[in-house]
Amino acid sequence: MRLPCPICGERDRREFYYKGDALALDRPAGDADGGVWDDYLHNRDNLAGVVRELWHHAGGCGAWIVVTRDTVTHEVHGAERVGKAKA
Amino acid sequence: MGYSGFKVIKEGLFGQKGWKPVWRDPAPKSEYDVVIIGGGGHGLSTAYYLAKEHGITNVAVLEKGYIGGGNVGRNTTIVRANYMLPGNSEFYSHSLKLWEDMEQDLNYNTMMSQRGVMMLCHSDGQRDFFARRANAMVNQGDDAELLTPEEVKREAPSIDLDNVRFPIYGGLMHRRGGTARHDAVAWGYARGADQRGVDLIQNCEVTGIDIEGGVVKGVQTTRGAIRAKKVAIVVAGRSSQVAAMAGMRLPIESHVLQAFVSEGLKPVLPGVISFGMGHFYISQSDKGGLVFGSDLDFYASYASRGNLPMAEHCMEACMTLMPSLGKAKVLRSWGGIMDMSPDGSPIIDTTDTAGLFLNCGWCYGGFKAVPGSGFSYAHLIATGQHHTPAARYRLDRFRTGRGLMDEEGTGSQHNLH
Repeated sequence: MRLPCPICGERDRREFYYKGDALALDRPAGDADGGVWDDYLHNRDNLAGVVRELWHHAGGCGAWIVVTRDTVTHEVHGAERVGKAKA
Repeated sequence: MGYSGFKVIKEGLFGQKGWKPVWRDPAPKSEYDVVIIGGGGHGLSTAYYLAKEHGITNVAVLEKGYIGGGNVGRNTTIVRANYMLPGNSEFYSHSLKLWEDMEQDLNYNTMMSQRGVMMLCHSDGQRDFFARRANAMVNQGDDAELLTPEEVKREAPSIDLDNVRFPIYGGLMHRRGGTARHDAVAWGYARGADQRGVDLIQNCEVTGIDIEGGVVKGVQTTRGAIRAKKVAIVVAGRSSQVAAMAGMRLPIESHVLQAFVSEGLKPVLPGVISFGMGHFYISQSDKGGLVFGSDLDFYASYASRGNLPMAEHCMEACMTLMPSLGKAKVLRSWGGIMDMSPDGSPIIDTTDTAGLFLNCGWCYGGFKAVPGSGFSYAHLIATGQHHTPAARYRLDRFRTGRGLMDEEGTGSQHNLH
């Protein structure tokens, strides 16, 4: 599997660290309800199909990127930097 | 039909013509007391213990594929009870006791072989941790021995003790652990459940769960609607999809775990050996093939195949541990889909829907839990009360933060367990 880093281009999967579902970007407020934190930390849609995930190009430029990927076929549809994904 | 040595000899003399299919292939009835979604190891053992321990026999097990075709037929067959934390410790201890009685109980040869599970450590810190873990195992009533490097070498002469990066400082031996024939475990429980009247319905995929007024009423399937007083989900790998049919969102992420089998070799390994370098484990099947695996691929996946980096890592670990195995050829590899939970421990619990039960999150430790999980899940379904050894496998521990069982202390990230 190769991932397209928006800065470095297509790179081997080994250069990247997998964080998980891109909902990790939507950190709740510190005083948010326990159920909100439970959804953020633990509960996942866990789709069999196209998902958005947070990866870190740890062995490359160091960018955090949002990768769109199919969990059934391992096909990678694209990636963008976290700043752009959030905007 | 019971099995015995006499029967084997008789069939050998008369051309093996007397063997019959050991379970029926019934069409689904319109209603059952209990419908179990998922005919894997855990679903079959749940059905078996519902019938045997609780006398509930109006039960259907719905399997979308065929019996023994999922993870129960594709794993590294390791059985052990070497956990440390309260919750896991008593559960796996109970499960191992069921393993020890399984062949007599099922009248089925599951080839349970207590050839020992030996974990190796590579630093003073790891050795201290093993001592603590061994104490926890002994306190639970299970067996544990700390081995010196010389004792490790005596157990498994092919191990390289003096690797520069990962020298062997010692081992934690769990002699009651070992391996079992995974297919036979599925078949044995299937046969036992069928003999007690449970309907095993294959090629029957659940497409919906019927809920009215907060009470479960039955399921929709590819073979028609089936009403049920109780519905039990036990579909590791696809738990999120099935739970979504009941409006639930689970603390589960699905990951792929690869495993490998080599060509058959003469006996070279005494039992199961696990190597602290990057979580590698290996055993030798009775046919002589080396069965080994390592970590998850670390990204979410429903593809039953992994990528090459983890395959490479696994081979490197094998070569570091036992360079003499370097010329063995790998015959096949496969990837199974694991229910990864945020603390690495499973869930056996009721749900907010009356009559709907949940069993999931076995990460990559589901095989050794097959008897214990079925026993405890059947108890919960039949009585509504948690079975004591599995009482801590609560779904709400994630929301409340109370009673998390994170054996490795890696925190709430699904792929780190």
